[in-house]
Amino acid sequence: MSKLDMFTDLRKSASALTGLVLITLIVLVALFGPWIAPADPLIPSPLIRLQGPSAQHLFGTDSLGRDMLSRVIYGARISLMIGIISVTISLIPGTILGLLSGYFGKRIDSIIMRCMDMLLAFPAILLAIFITAILEPSLTNTMVAVGIVYIPHYARIVRSSVLSLKGMLFVQAISHLGGGHLRILIKHILPNCLPPIIVYATLGMGTAVLQAAALGFLGLGAQPPSPEWGAMLSEGRQYIQLAPHVAAFPGAAILILVLGFNLFGDGLRDVLDPSLRSQ
Amino acid sequence: MTLGYISKRLFHLALIMFGVSVVVFLMLRMIPGDPAQLLLGEFASPEELARLREQLGLNQSLFTQFWIYISNIVQGDMGHSIRTNAPVTGEIWVRLIATLELSLAAMCIATFFGIAAGVMSAVKQHSLWDYGAMFMALVGVSMPIFWLGLMLIYLFAVKFPLLPMMGRISLGLEVPDVTGLMVVDAVVAGSWQSFVSALKHLLLPAFTLATIPMAIVARITRSAMLEVLNMDYVRTARAKGMTELVVIFRHALRNAFLPVVTVLGLNLGLLLGGAVLTETIFSWPGLGRYVVDSLSGRDYAAVQGCILVFALLMAVINLAVDLIYVVLDPRIRVNE
Repeated sequence: MSKLDMFTDLRKSASALTGLVLITLIVLVALFGPWIAPADPLIPSPLIRLQGPSAQHLFGTDSLGRDMLSRVIYGARISLMIGIISVTISLIPGTILGLLSGYFGKRIDSIIMRCMDMLLAFPAILLAIFITAILEPSLTNTMVAVGIVYIPHYARIVRSSVLSLKGMLFVQAISHLGGGHLRILIKHILPNCLPPIIVYATLGMGTAVLQAAALGFLGLGAQPPSPEWGAMLSEGRQYIQLAPHVAAFPGAAILILVLGFNLFGDGLRDVLDPSLRSQ
Repeated sequence: MTLGYISKRLFHLALIMFGVSVVVFLMLRMIPGDPAQLLLGEFASPEELARLREQLGLNQSLFTQFWIYISNIVQGDMGHSIRTNAPVTGEIWVRLIATLELSLAAMCIATFFGIAAGVMSAVKQHSLWDYGAMFMALVGVSMPIFWLGLMLIYLFAVKFPLLPMMGRISLGLEVPDVTGLMVVDAVVAGSWQSFVSALKHLLLPAFTLATIPMAIVARITRSAMLEVLNMDYVRTARAKGMTELVVIFRHALRNAFLPVVTVLGLNLGLLLGGAVLTETIFSWPGLGRYVVDSLSGRDYAAVQGCILVFALLMAVINLAVDLIYVVLDPRIRVNE
């Protein structure tokens, strides 16, 4: 499929377009945060604690009197960064392991894949909790933990693509013409594995944001006073009877961002990888 | 299904569990500090520390330590909790049943509503219902369930106080422990009031936990049904004059069930993960909340036990799904 066809198809996909609009919205908010936020997200004002939404504070204020709208706006930067960095952390080792496993097969394959099975033996959130607890709770370690947890997913996807590509005529031809392993892997196999990787990485951004927010919610992620959406929700939980807006807005923001990635990923999948459409 | 296949899978399960124990063993030793101090907490006396070091073989080689650790686990001894001083195995068992009750309830909700929505969507493909249901399914998988839980608490326990906010049963209505499943125990005790109370307590957390699996089941059911509805045998059934309901439920849904069962099984694992968050929000005294509490209390013996139990559950579920799959689809048996 040519690039032009791809963009025409993407433009026609309602879900990809909607997803793109939502993602763009949050990216713009993250980029221009300091200019559009009405107040400083960290400075407390004890006199206006837990106020509901009003003309002055569109999203109300939190338990320290900080403007919730500003905190949600600044939180967009953190969540986007979490998504990008965590996905990179799982994508790079996952792809390399998948390439090696699928291409060389035999013992290398079984060692790598058994290790991946081991990581998959835990529920994702539990493994992430365990890793952050060992590394000490922080935003950086949250990204590392979420990244590690999803390495096996990429390794498996890449491996299965490599397995089908390896038997193809063009790969065998290059091999017979004297192409080295590294050259075949990087120049010929990797580019053909990209479509499923791109689709999975897009969907994975949503998952990473959700998992990181869950860690933040459990107090294992970003620490106060950071305006991370999950940590804000955790604070909102204490005031759910008095001031439900403290929990409502950060959660809605997470939903919009994750929905954006999922919609865009679904649309991308239909265009790039029609074989997966039935999923 | 051959006995050989089952034993091969059981061997595989044992292998994975062994690997998991190695990982947990090494990870706990990666935490900076003395493991004996970690297991006993900072207020342990020097004698206690010395005794545990001796017991765990901490002054011996890593290999000997691993041997002691694994033989204890095989005998069901996962050490003592530093918070309650009770054996971890017993503590986990009580909470596991509570988690099981919650997960089973969530699974029932997810299966029933998920399949119903999926079938409706497939039968009325491209209708407003179809688009609406599939959009809601996407929202379902994109939603942080801890947020949904909080919003449900606000709506149904604060704004309109119809359901309780937390716990498993109202104070004073406790029933004698028979199965550990509160709803069942209430029935056994013959107390209608307790039964209603237990059910009301179960409703919000179970629904919260059910959202993601429900959304996934709806999507899978829809796509499996769409595939099946175009088959010749469905057309034949219609041509024979069967009513649409019989065609949909007896001929189509039965054949669409295979992928749905697989996804249901895989989602049991998801439920276990989701239980960690749901139980925290609703103060449900299950395994998920126990892990989080143990971690914040630096109760590593408990953490280690929970992780092993979670991994074992996941492995058993995956095995069960594969076996059910073989029973449901005779073609797999032939190919084996």
